[in-house]
Amino acid sequence: MTSINHRSANDIMTLSRLGSFYQSKLSFLRSFIREFKDWDFSTDLFELDENGYGTAVYSVKKNDRIYSLVCFANELDSRDRSDRVIATKWDAAFVLHDGIPSEEDIIRLKKNVPKQEVGRVSYKELTLSRANKSVRIFEHTVEALASGNQPDKELISDVGYLYRTTAVYGSGKFGLADRYRIKDRSEICGPFRLEMMLVYLVRQFTFDQVNHIAKSRNPSNAVKLSHDIARNLGIGNSTGLGMAPFIVNHPTLLHNWIYSREEALKQIRSIQKVDIEDFKKFKECFEKSKLNIDTWKTDSEYQTKKIQRLIKDLDSFEKNYLLNIKFQENLFWNKLYLWVAEHLSEEGTEYIVSMLMEPYDKIVDPLIQNMSSDEDLFFDIPGERSVVDLINIINKNYSNILNLDFNSNEETTNFWFISKNKEEPRVANRYEENGSTLEQPLAIARDISALLKRLNECQNTETVAEFLMDNNDLRHVVRRCFIIEKFPYSEIQDNIIGANLVPIDMLRLKLSFFGAQKFDPRSDKWLRINMYQGAPLINELKTANDTWIYNRL
Amino acid sequence: MRTSSEIETISKRATRAAGFPWGIAEEIGKNIKTLELLSLTGIENLNLYLRSVKGKQVHGPKEICEDNSLESAAYCPFYTGSALLDSANKVEEISNLTFHSINFPILLIPFLNRLSEKIGKKILLRIDDVDFLLNLNKFISASKNFEGMVIESAKIVRIEVLENENSFSEKIWDELYDLSSETFVEETDRLKENAAGAGLADND
Repeated sequence: MTSINHRSANDIMTLSRLGSFYQSKLSFLRSFIREFKDWDFSTDLFELDENGYGTAVYSVKKNDRIYSLVCFANELDSRDRSDRVIATKWDAAFVLHDGIPSEEDIIRLKKNVPKQEVGRVSYKELTLSRANKSVRIFEHTVEALASGNQPDKELISDVGYLYRTTAVYGSGKFGLADRYRIKDRSEICGPFRLEMMLVYLVRQFTFDQVNHIAKSRNPSNAVKLSHDIARNLGIGNSTGLGMAPFIVNHPTLLHNWIYSREEALKQIRSIQKVDIEDFKKFKECFEKSKLNIDTWKTDSEYQTKKIQRLIKDLDSFEKNYLLNIKFQENLFWNKLYLWVAEHLSEEGTEYIVSMLMEPYDKIVDPLIQNMSSDEDLFFDIPGERSVVDLINIINKNYSNILNLDFNSNEETTNFWFISKNKEEPRVANRYEENGSTLEQPLAIARDISALLKRLNECQNTETVAEFLMDNNDLRHVVRRCFIIEKFPYSEIQDNIIGANLVPIDMLRLKLSFFGAQKFDPRSDKWLRINMYQGAPLINELKTANDTWIYNRL
Repeated sequence: MRTSSEIETISKRATRAAGFPWGIAEEIGKNIKTLELLSLTGIENLNLYLRSVKGKQVHGPKEICEDNSLESAAYCPFYTGSALLDSANKVEEISNLTFHSINFPILLIPFLNRLSEKIGKKILLRIDDVDFLLNLNKFISASKNFEGMVIESAKIVRIEVLENENSFSEKIWDELYDLSSETFVEETDRLKENAAGAGLADND
């Protein structure tokens, strides 16, 4: 029997590979929709004026658990509309409340939620967000509906959303409930579930709002947004550098995400006799998904090259493999994967890896239960371990980065810091900007190299505890060594302060696990994406299938 | 109310800003969160300590001994606490340790609480005349009301690893056991004959 192993962390955890990841059945948007099917939905309050400004409350219920999305839509001067995190006003602000909000809660939230970071919410609130209208299509859609027509499908497809969020906060930020208050809730069992819930409900609000404004504008002639068009509208999102430190600061979580993907691939490649129906499902998803690629619009040269590379890869896969092979049950997926890995770029390979999961709910679903993590459980350093052990761990797990020369400006060009203006992560050139003495502890490759050098000079020291008494400046990476020993996919095996750093590769990794599509980098430091485009509408959830992500208008 | 997440983040950053390494700052973020959850005065002690040492050199132990002292300074609770936690086995082995003068010793408590969990034994911490019983990182009890307690410096800090012992007598245990045995059912001879192991030759 062929023994198939996980792909090695050294191969997978490079920035270029991670920056080539795509959404899959493991992605949180999709697993959320699967999990959310049997929830009941109701509109509890919808008090908007003729311009669509006011308050709305939606609630979702499963068994005895209720969550409510409280929406505040406000008039916004176009000069104040900004996607940047430094903005202070938005078209709408949202909060997910734990339970049904009382009138007092709504009054309290109305004072605070529109202020976002400078407001204050309570432990009764779970996630917080804000969003701006897409100027390109919001008014067009309202006007079309008010005059009895549907909006232009091409324009809708191009933009893909009525609103774009610029942040979704959770886990104790600005007074929100700490994660430990909700982490054991049985009805929400994947990572970022409540963030996904908020965004999904916000999407519903955007439909209700355009319908409401159109009806107010022309009560006798207005029509409602067609379900087909609504289904193909998601929620946009502008995402900046905040996500990059997150994946470095949550090593066991990162491992669990990547491990789940690698374990799914391993199990699929290991299937001895592949059912022809599963092959048909793979082909069907592959063909449908390919049609979507031409809707991925971007002005980014970087992303355009990646898309072109992907198209070339997928054409090659189709012409040179898929159309020529004779289906044989025996280890069919493994043979397919080996061909893909040999002939396609990272972009194409990771796309096919995502596709391979499509027929396999039975393999993917159990893995989703393990995609959360409690970092605190692995925080303590085992000081009793020997210095020799620590040296061996580094040599075994960090071989990709040990040859880099951190005495060169090339490998140390950038530093990560927290902006004083907005308390958000930023990256800057160490040799051109001030502030590198306040660098965040994210230069893991550089610090691991320094640790190995220091350890080699202290071979007479027996234990890690003794080593740390004189070397606490490297404590943060000593901790990481004992984490990677247990969790091999917990580190990016690349230098994230080098001159060649492309920060959006880190964002893409995280966003692919979210299930985002249509990556549209606006610079090397932020990008726009789309979430839930093609997803079933709330009244369709119970009967929807899981391949909605490949739907198109 | 400040959330645990905010307390951890701000404590970590402030510790780094006062001149401590990131690895120590990470420890302090977790520790202050714990102190505040236990209603101990973590934030206040931390704020006062960091302001008193910002930009100054502070000292931890260079080895863990039964009797520990520095020539002309008090120990830093962060370096002392992390050294004790890292050297958990040695602390358990020595079992009775004394430190002569530690600044802001309340900040030592979460390190020792984690140490207690790591070695699976209770720890008695005596800060001058106040006793704290640290129980496997689950709860803390003290000989004085610790609400609002700030201790800028302790002359003597004693750490005693307690052997695991019952807090009840055998007599009380027997009484409770008798009560629990009322859930048992008497077996008949027929049932005994069919029970596991019955009927087999022991040497087959």
